[in-house]
Amino acid sequence: MFKRWLFVLTAVTFVTSAFAAKDKNAIQVKGSDTMVNLVQAWAEKYMEKSQGDFVAVTGGGSGTGFSSLISGTCDIAMASRSIKDKEIALAKAKGISPNEIKVALDGLAVVVNPGNPIGKLTLSQLADIFTGRITNWKKIGGKDEKIVLLSREVNSGTHVYFKEHVLRKNDPNSKEEFASGALMLSSSQAIADEVAGNPAAIGYYGMGYISKKQKALAIAKDEKSEYEVPTIENVINGKYPISRPLFLYTNGEPAGLVKKFVDFTLSKEGQDIVVVTDFVPVNK
Amino acid sequence: MRKFKELIIEKLILICGLASIFFVVLIFLFLLKEGLAVFKIVNPFSFLFGKSWYPISEPPQLGILPLILGSLLVTLGAAIISIPIGVGCAVYIAEIAPLRIKETLKAGIELLAAIPSVVLGFIGMVTLVPLVKTVFHLPTGLTALSGSIMLAFMAMPTIVSIAEDALYSVPKTYKEGALALGATHWQTIWRVMLPAASSGILAAVMLGIGRVIGETMAVMMITGNAAVMPNSILAPVRTLTATIAAEMGEAVVGSEHYFALFAIGIVLFVISFAINVTADLFLHKRQ
Repeated sequence: MFKRWLFVLTAVTFVTSAFAAKDKNAIQVKGSDTMVNLVQAWAEKYMEKSQGDFVAVTGGGSGTGFSSLISGTCDIAMASRSIKDKEIALAKAKGISPNEIKVALDGLAVVVNPGNPIGKLTLSQLADIFTGRITNWKKIGGKDEKIVLLSREVNSGTHVYFKEHVLRKNDPNSKEEFASGALMLSSSQAIADEVAGNPAAIGYYGMGYISKKQKALAIAKDEKSEYEVPTIENVINGKYPISRPLFLYTNGEPAGLVKKFVDFTLSKEGQDIVVVTDFVPVNK
Repeated sequence: MRKFKELIIEKLILICGLASIFFVVLIFLFLLKEGLAVFKIVNPFSFLFGKSWYPISEPPQLGILPLILGSLLVTLGAAIISIPIGVGCAVYIAEIAPLRIKETLKAGIELLAAIPSVVLGFIGMVTLVPLVKTVFHLPTGLTALSGSIMLAFMAMPTIVSIAEDALYSVPKTYKEGALALGATHWQTIWRVMLPAASSGILAAVMLGIGRVIGETMAVMMITGNAAVMPNSILAPVRTLTATIAAEMGEAVVGSEHYFALFAIGIVLFVISFAINVTADLFLHKRQ
């Protein structure tokens, strides 16, 4: 009697999970927190247009997206950094071949409290600040106050991008690290809030998060270059030095519903949504 | 037929009883399997006593001393705050409070235990953190002290309810004897009741500390998470639990980073296991 019930139960579980797996009308998108708002906006518009299709979007960080793509728990990974060689190797081992699609650009804003007299910095000054070589605002012409460094957690693509392109200046052999005293906050919003309330703080995040409570610094490549503020025009024409591509990763060439969704993001309508959500469209 | 029913029920309950042990063993084996793999890459000594935690660099630096000290510092602070208040509260409830106040207080403490830790963390972030910053003139309020204060609130319900229980189960004759010998109420509490209940109170304290060291969400939100060697309770710290929670999503399954996080899990498991065993020893000593 008991055994028969057990059998029925397992059978039911198998059948339902088989049905769930066959559900081709739904795709899972996972990854970069920076891109959640953008992809969510795409998904909403897309679902409005093609009734019956379902796109679920969750964040967690670019790394989370890649690990889900590799383990097969999502169909599309969103990422604010390129996939690492190690991750490609792991994917290959599981029979997944990551395929990169550039869907938008993002300028990384470096922000301070509006009460901070500093308004512009060079990239090497930024590197010195975030690696802990400069610890007082006085050294770069500010008030005599200890600098409070704010960074994203290591699961953030923004963290990795900032480390590789600002701290390490694109040099793959560089060993520069964030100062160990840098505060690791779990979201861009937390950095925005802390900067808004702390005159000694400096942080970085995607330019979509800039508001009146923070001041975005003008950044120059070196002392001879022009200082540029993070705006959509400056990112498109390449004048603003800290901007990065945003990607969607699929398993192999997109097909079926995944292809329909990716095509939509790259269409004129999709790229208009990019502008609305404060990111920068890719040139088409 | 009735006997048969009894037998079935007995066996079912037995399975329930064994299930918990079975799961603990499985979890522990899994932790060991995943965590010990990290020691193929770093030796245990430099893992436990290394001062740099840069898990995603090439090659990764996996030293968890700052994280261990961070956890201990926050826990120590929380213990210093919550033990006197918690034990005092238990004494008041068990010995002094009139029935009506007693019931209200007990309900209030249960309510405190019911607040989700993420809510406490959020409240701490918007109220306590700015307060700590202005009171101590710090560059930032995201410090170990903020974490300690918030966690003290979380340890209190455990400490109060178990300590109160311990005081309550001291035989009535002790108290009556002391009062009959002419001791005042306070003398009775201090010299007779507290020593008689001491092992139970110690167990309460240990369990409270166990709760604190395993807490994740609130500390992640308000301690700043900087993996630096803590030199003061007014500096930011990164705890073991917050490290696992913040980085598990990123860690690629099968990478050094992934194994290192499981190894941190083993360290945490060992710490809480030691605390629980100590608490258990005290509890059994009482009986």
